[in-house]
Amino acid sequence: MCVACCIIDDHEKGETRMTGDNTILEVKNLTKHFPIYRGFLRRIVGNVQALNDVSFSVAKNETLGIVGESGCGKTTLIRVMMRAYEPTSGEMLFNQNGEMINIYSLNKRELKELRRHMQIIFQDPLSSLNPRKTVLEIIGEPLLIHGVARGQELKSRVSELLDMVGLSVKHLERYPNAFSGGQRQRIAIARALALQPQIVLCDEPVSALDVSIQAQIVNLLQDLQKELGLTYLFISHDLSVVEHISNRVAVMYLGSFVELAPSAELYRNPKHPYTEALLSATPIIDPDARRKRIILPGELPDPSNPPSGCKFHTRCNYAEEVCRTTVPAWEEVSPGHWTSCHLAKTLSLRGVLK
Amino acid sequence: MLSYIVKRVLGMIPAILIISFITFVVIQLPPGDFVTSVQAQVAASGGGMDAATVEALRARYGLDQPMIVQYWRWIRGFPKGDFGFSLEWNAPVWDVIAERMGWTLLLSGLALVFMWVVSIPIGIYSARNQYSLGDNLFSFLGFLGLSIPDFMLALIWLVFGTLVLGIPAYGLFSPEMVDAPWSMAKFLDLLKHLWAPVVIMGVIGTAELIRIMRGSMLEVLNQQYITTARAKGLPERTVINKYAVRMAINPLISVLGMQVPKMISSSIIVGLVLSIPTIGPVFLRSLISQDMYLAGSILLFTSVLLLISNLLADLALAWVDPRIRYE
Amino acid sequence: MMSGMKHYKETADYINKMYNRQSQLDESLADQMRESEKIADATSQWRLMWRKFKRNRIAVVGGIVVLLFYLVALFGDFIAPYTLEQRMTRYSYLPPQRVYFFAGGRFQPHVYALETGRDPITLQRTYVPNPDKRIPIRFFVEGAPYKLFGLIPARRHLFGVEEGIISLFGTDGQGRDMFSRIIKGSQISLTIGLVGVALSLLIGAVLGVASGYYGGWVDNVVQRLIEIVRSFPPIPLWMALTAALPQHWSPLLIYFTITVILSLIGWTWLARQLRGKVLALREEDFIMAARLAGASDRWIIFKHLIPATFSHIIVISTLSMPSMILAESSLSFLGLGLRPPLTSWGVLLQQAQNTQVLLLYPWLMLPGVFVALSILAFNFMGDGLRDAADPYTV
Ligand SMILES: Nc1ncnc2c1ncn2[C@@H]1O[C@H](COP(=O)(O)OP(=O)(O)O)[C@@H](O)[C@H]1O
Ligand code: SF4
Ligand SMILES: [Mg+2]
Repeated sequence: MCVACCIIDDHEKGETRMTGDNTILEVKNLTKHFPIYRGFLRRIVGNVQALNDVSFSVAKNETLGIVGESGCGKTTLIRVMMRAYEPTSGEMLFNQNGEMINIYSLNKRELKELRRHMQIIFQDPLSSLNPRKTVLEIIGEPLLIHGVARGQELKSRVSELLDMVGLSVKHLERYPNAFSGGQRQRIAIARALALQPQIVLCDEPVSALDVSIQAQIVNLLQDLQKELGLTYLFISHDLSVVEHISNRVAVMYLGSFVELAPSAELYRNPKHPYTEALLSATPIIDPDARRKRIILPGELPDPSNPPSGCKFHTRCNYAEEVCRTTVPAWEEVSPGHWTSCHLAKTLSLRGVLK
Repeated sequence: MLSYIVKRVLGMIPAILIISFITFVVIQLPPGDFVTSVQAQVAASGGGMDAATVEALRARYGLDQPMIVQYWRWIRGFPKGDFGFSLEWNAPVWDVIAERMGWTLLLSGLALVFMWVVSIPIGIYSARNQYSLGDNLFSFLGFLGLSIPDFMLALIWLVFGTLVLGIPAYGLFSPEMVDAPWSMAKFLDLLKHLWAPVVIMGVIGTAELIRIMRGSMLEVLNQQYITTARAKGLPERTVINKYAVRMAINPLISVLGMQVPKMISSSIIVGLVLSIPTIGPVFLRSLISQDMYLAGSILLFTSVLLLISNLLADLALAWVDPRIRYE
Repeated sequence: MMSGMKHYKETADYINKMYNRQSQLDESLADQMRESEKIADATSQWRLMWRKFKRNRIAVVGGIVVLLFYLVALFGDFIAPYTLEQRMTRYSYLPPQRVYFFAGGRFQPHVYALETGRDPITLQRTYVPNPDKRIPIRFFVEGAPYKLFGLIPARRHLFGVEEGIISLFGTDGQGRDMFSRIIKGSQISLTIGLVGVALSLLIGAVLGVASGYYGGWVDNVVQRLIEIVRSFPPIPLWMALTAALPQHWSPLLIYFTITVILSLIGWTWLARQLRGKVLALREEDFIMAARLAGASDRWIIFKHLIPATFSHIIVISTLSMPSMILAESSLSFLGLGLRPPLTSWGVLLQQAQNTQVLLLYPWLMLPGVFVALSILAFNFMGDGLRDAADPYTV
């Protein structure tokens, strides 16, 4: 509870905070469209609007959770933030020693340097570890690339990292196929931490794992955060996992943020109908209230042809005429609580914790 | 569908232009030209040609022109069905090769039919009796067929047919029939000579097709709708013939385009070994004597044949498999 | 609000506890699983591949035959009783001789001496073995001088006879021993495939990997190039290209040009295969992970892509050997490929091109048997390798 309050307090300090020391990164109007080619001449016939005008900032040492259905653009967001994809427009500022630098203006060498501070954990530990490399080679790779350590020193560094994620030195020479899913994800975490990054972007790090193993990994990430003072961007399509680890949570729909609030606030007092629907479907143990699951009508629209006005209007139970024509603004409805819904102030939506 | 065909056919025109240009460059590669090779022949038989004659010959055949001009002279006749003049045969290229193209196509076509007729039943059998003695035997034979070069098979047949069976295993007709007018007897004589080269040409492809058919059949048989069809109580024959085989045959059609160039290659070699008037013997001779329009046209025709067969295979595939859209 | 918050905390704690309990269970489960997977521990890809390959009996046989062929080719000059051009004019068109292993119950390999005569009608030479006159086969005999590996001068041959002739596969019209010539021919037939595959590999791997990895216009150009090459049927194109080789070129130059011509078409298949493989690999997260760790293209290509495609490269190379051997022998057989003094199996087969000669002396066909045998062996071996190559489905 306390952490959440701190964040709210931060927000109350107002806009100046944004450039202060406490912000590690800031994303402004980030947009990514994938062109669709067709035919012999590979003409562009349209765009998959995977990411649309997304803005947020992340404070040092916090965990920002991002939830949304599969295909809503979560992975794209992370990859654009890592500059694995170039954005269509928008910028991302990263706090390097108190100076906010736009990562999209960096050259190759500067970018390589930046990547020491920003690392990523992938969803599928099967695909993210090269099956032909030993654990030593996998975790040691970033260290080698950046010329941090080699030979015996590399070995001892990797051993430390293994120890940190709960594996042991005897695993050094093994190949990924000798490990269980949870252990593989530990290896992936060790690799992400090898360069001592400040922020780790976690792209559904537990979604591919057994429910039982998910908790271990989440706990491990939390322990590491405390120990190393890490900042996380934690993505999931599962609200209950995000709730467990995040200080603030953002909800994504069809490439855009629709709501962003401190976790407790978001779960208790959602302001966007989509959040409400997601919450109603989340299996959180709630002995008091008999919740009714909200079934969203219709299908997820095609991201290459998103609906006009509020993108959610085709499935929203509260939609009115204005929703079809006008794009709702991204507004702060209460301190630290942002949403984009025309009816945010008037609707009274059900959260999960009352 | 029709517009798709038209589009594909129109798309072949630039392809043919590119291919014909490369063909021309390749055919022009050897140092010297037809006149040089004539000179060499004359010299070999003890004669000689003076420089003026040589130049006159060159000028007459247009061999003294720059390559691009010669190329243009060659292709400008294409729309009229004029593929240039064979210097060695002293006749239009088309007249020299028309009949041989016919035999080549006939042999290749029959070989394709043979491959399909043999490989489909064997493929079905092998898939339905996976790892049985018969399956293993066929797959071993398949390997064997895949590994024996076609010229070797032709040589073996030549020796075996002649020495052991005592039949002339080469040519298309028996010597006394070659010049005879067409009759039932001549036709039967042709059939007697035709089957062996057809089989020889088809062996390698048959081995490949059996493999593909077996694999695809196995895949189809494991699919849900086959189980469903069986569960509905349909007779096994119907399940296999009506559902499984129809689906399983698609990969066979999609490799049809790849089989054709192999057939052409094979018809050249088998034609050479078994003295069958395919384009093979003429092509070889035209290459050696640098009869460039003849050699070039044959190389071009084989490539165009490949283009056409790819198109036909695509159309056939689209026809049997409605999931494929015309884009 | 506070009570709600408290409730929320409790719920969270509860979930946490459940999680932890579950996680302990899970850890022990994982341990058990690891126990059972012990065999897989610390096993590199190559060992897994080898283990799987060994189980495929017929592939192993294929591999052994391939090995044997290359060993014979390597020591060919020693194994062959005669040299390539040694003519025994008294024995032209001698049919293969029969070898007898026992004499008077004792192991004593020998052949019969031959009485030569001439058929009064066809005027062909006739050879009648004389059972009373045995010529013993001697091992490590002195014979025609040669250079082992093309370097070391030597005179000893594995076996031979001191008088008469030993000709296991018969002789040709000039009395040259086919057995010796086939062995010598293997040196060229088997290496031209290797060199051709190596060249195709070089072109195909570079273009295929680049095409798959960089995509975009690089891919477009490479794909169009492949389409153009593929729009010619191979044999006619090869024929046209080899026919262009000038008569006066040195044998070595001809040899290498032929390999270049063979790989001119061979690389396309390889490039397609590798491109597909790289396209699949490129989507793997571990490639992205390396990139995001700051790896350069070079690092990714050499540390990840090439090692990952290595087993496939080996399989693809093995499987393209047959077509190389086949193409070379077909072309040489037609008289368009290698020319004497270069002697490959295909060149040897040229004599069989004349129908009348072949029907009289069918053993001239024997080099073709070795073409088929080597192709068969490579096919079996390649098939086994292909099955073994994917111990992990990446
Ligand atoms: N490289 C790409 N090219 C084209 N479209 C893409 C690409 N990556 C993602 N997309 C599209 O962008 C949308 C968002 O995808 P993604 O970010 O992977 O969603 P999520 O991670 O939330 O499941 C999807 O519609 C997806 O098809
Ligand atoms: S703006 Fe309208 S359609 Fe969109 S979420 Fe709010 S109420 Fe629903
Ligand atoms: Mg994703």
